[in-house]
Amino acid sequence: MSSFLSQEVPLSWYLLLSAALFSLGVVGFLIKRNLITVFMSIELMLNGVNLSFVTFAHQWHAVKGQIFVFFVMMVAAAEAAVGLAIIIAVFRARATLAVDRIDLMKL
Amino acid sequence: MHLILFLVFAGFCLGGAINLLIQSHPINSALSLIVVMVSLAVLYLLLGAEFLAAAQVIVYAGAIMVLFTFVVMLLNAGREARTLGSRAARSIGFPAVVAILVVIATVILHAQGLGVARLSDGITSTEELSTVLFTKLLLPFEVTSVLILIAILGAVALARHDDTDPRANEERTGK
Amino acid sequence: MNAYLHLWLIPLLPFAGFLINGILGGRLPKWLVTTVALLAPLAAFGVVLNASLGVFGFVPAASSLPYIETCPLPWINAGLLHVNFSFVLDQLSLVMLLVVTGVGFLIHVYSVGYMGDDKGYARYFSYLNLFLFFMTVLVLAGNALVMFIGWEGVGLASYLLIGFWFEKKSAADAGKKAFIVNRIGDFGFLIGMFLLVANFGTLTFTEIATKLGQDPGWSGGVVTVIALCLMLGAAGKSAQLPLYIWLPDAMEGPTPVSALIHAATMVTAGVYMVARTHVLFDHSPFALSVVAIIGAATAIFAATIALVQNDIKRVLAYSTISQLGYMFLGCGVAAYSAAIFHLMTHAFFKALLFMAAGSVIHAIGGEQDLRKMGGLRKKLPVTFWTMTAAVLAIAGFFPFAGFFSKDAILYAAFLQGTNGKILWFVGVLTALLTSFYMFRLWYMTFLGESRSPDVHPHESPWSMRGPLVILALLSVGGGWIGMERFAGFLAPSVGVLPTEAGNPRLEIILSLVAVLVALEGWLIADKLYRRKPARPAQWAAALPGGYKLLANKYFVDELYGAVVVKPLLGFSKFVLEWVVDFAILGGAAWLLGGIATFTGAILQRWQSGNLRSYAAWLAAGAAAVLLFLLVPWATVLDNLSAIHLGMAGH
Repeated sequence: MSSFLSQEVPLSWYLLLSAALFSLGVVGFLIKRNLITVFMSIELMLNGVNLSFVTFAHQWHAVKGQIFVFFVMMVAAAEAAVGLAIIIAVFRARATLAVDRIDLMKL
Repeated sequence: MHLILFLVFAGFCLGGAINLLIQSHPINSALSLIVVMVSLAVLYLLLGAEFLAAAQVIVYAGAIMVLFTFVVMLLNAGREARTLGSRAARSIGFPAVVAILVVIATVILHAQGLGVARLSDGITSTEELSTVLFTKLLLPFEVTSVLILIAILGAVALARHDDTDPRANEERTGK
Repeated sequence: MNAYLHLWLIPLLPFAGFLINGILGGRLPKWLVTTVALLAPLAAFGVVLNASLGVFGFVPAASSLPYIETCPLPWINAGLLHVNFSFVLDQLSLVMLLVVTGVGFLIHVYSVGYMGDDKGYARYFSYLNLFLFFMTVLVLAGNALVMFIGWEGVGLASYLLIGFWFEKKSAADAGKKAFIVNRIGDFGFLIGMFLLVANFGTLTFTEIATKLGQDPGWSGGVVTVIALCLMLGAAGKSAQLPLYIWLPDAMEGPTPVSALIHAATMVTAGVYMVARTHVLFDHSPFALSVVAIIGAATAIFAATIALVQNDIKRVLAYSTISQLGYMFLGCGVAAYSAAIFHLMTHAFFKALLFMAAGSVIHAIGGEQDLRKMGGLRKKLPVTFWTMTAAVLAIAGFFPFAGFFSKDAILYAAFLQGTNGKILWFVGVLTALLTSFYMFRLWYMTFLGESRSPDVHPHESPWSMRGPLVILALLSVGGGWIGMERFAGFLAPSVGVLPTEAGNPRLEIILSLVAVLVALEGWLIADKLYRRKPARPAQWAAALPGGYKLLANKYFVDELYGAVVVKPLLGFSKFVLEWVVDFAILGGAAWLLGGIATFTGAILQRWQSGNLRSYAAWLAAGAAAVLLFLLVPWATVLDNLSAIHLGMAGH
């Protein structure tokens, strides 16, 4: 048991987890019907990618990898702000959040 | 220890992600996402990224997800209604996702040179990070701050009440 | 070859006249237009005279005939075929040129008076000069292709001039008819040229003659075919059976045009062409007999129609067709010099006849119906006397011009064996008819009482009377050069007259027969149209079917219309309306539109606005890129083919 517990985690597992999170994010983008939930799936995708960056940064002791993650977080924040503002504007015009009903460029 | 921690929190990640997909009310999806993010913060710690773990909790889980929750509350989004799906999404999208996952997984599993996660020599101190951030990558940092500024302006401009919008007026005066 | 004769000037001067009057004519004052228009043919005539001086021995000739001028720039050098722009002056072309430019000039002068009030004055003269340009090119041509340029060109000028008053539908139609029927003949000419190139490798007349002379194996066969094709072309241009139908309609054009083109020059181009290529015909007795038969048949056929026509110009038109038949008869019995002799005299008296008729028409204010004329003898003396000279000439009375030339042809025909005697008989019969209808015309126009008393005829201006007088003198004395001397002069270019079998006494007897026949024709006309003017109507009433047949020109136009024109029109309408317009163009448009609509309908579904489908396509694209980049295709394909080969091996 202790030998099992003291085993080390191969980095490939982290990467697989990252790929899984990313794929789940894409799936969510495809199947969810609420606009906000779709947006959340996008955030999930970003997080998955962040994990892979941190993994590689760990492997090669590259600080820049982590800084990149930092930047990704900042951009995600900005994107979330603007995106949610757009969603609010769309909701005001359409009174619906169903993705399938928002299919015209004209408001 | 490392293994147990990884397995538990990786499980939380996947569970939260799947739960996000399953739930029909957006608030539940938001809360699941918060679980995912916090778990990811722990995983970052396991990989030695202290600062990032903190930033993840503060920025992502603490600000962005709160923003999401606020918007869900503001728009009073209810359970998702059944609408017509998209045939393209089902017939093309899913195979595409599966393909992506398979390809990436194959590449990862066949990759040489991936080591193991070692905490002993993998911790990155905040001092180290900030040194690089504020010296070598100063320009991107400044640009990012400008970007955030623009985002603030954009968000304010998009989300504020349009006085000429009759429906908006009705919202204000009616309710 | 020294270029002292400057043959190239002969066509060029009229062409310059055409350009000047054609482009600037509308803006130039009338006297300038006239001067330019008259100067061109006069100058051309001058050059021809200059050339003839040397030939006739008035000045020492520096070089002998045939005199060839070739343009130094090559025209066609395609494999074995070499064609140049070359002009040839030999005895034949010299005679022809003198006629063309001389009579042409006189008609130009006449036109100044006749067309003086027409608003298309400058255009008329530019077309007339253009015609002269093409005709001289035709005559001077040293090879068949240059001749074809002239050939087509005179057809074009004829079309332009026949339809000169194009606002009149009948004139425009007549112009089209002339050009189209000419084209059918030109088809024969083209086939003939192709066969010449295929068999002789050259289109130059002298080279063809040399090749034919060298190899005695050339006779019959392909030479006959070539000769017949060329004859088809000549039949179209010279209005022989079965392509004569355009000439009577061509009378819609102004009378000087009829005089120049449809009497003196263009229609004789066919005869000239046959004479020019006579070596081919000489080697094919069959083709020669075909030519002779066509000529004789046309002569009598047209003469019968002319008997009952009431339009003065129509009578003259059918008379022209008939006389051209004589010329082809002459060619058909290999008496080319006789045919050319008749061509020359015919140019004189036929041009005169047309111009005198024009003078009459001009005098009585545009009336052309014989039944409304009469009693013009005292009112138009110059016209009357000149026309009388022409009528006597065409009837073949001694010593007028027509006698000598017509007799030469008939004599040569008689000598040709039994067929020749039949042809001679037909020719004599035609002479009888010719005399009759010409005197009929003469009586109805000038003698007796005027049948339209309210017209006050006035004599023509001197610009019109002058050429009449000159041509009358030529009609009287034009034949005095005598056939022997003429034939002797032309012998180097067209061969000798085939009159060895005859004797002078036979000749005199035959001439006497011809004169008697002409006299008989006059007497009949006199009886019917002077002494007993009611008789013609009685005869017409006695034979209503025959009269109707002749008056309606044997219904040939109607026959052609029903058999050729209508089916062609129907067919082309079908093809153009249904096949081309509906099926091809409509189908193409429909197809293009259909493709665009169809593709659009498919692609439209992509732009659905549906966010999820967009996302799906995005994912698919990403997957494709990843697959493309990350999968090691080389090894995969190798493995696949190894598996495939492995499986196939079992």
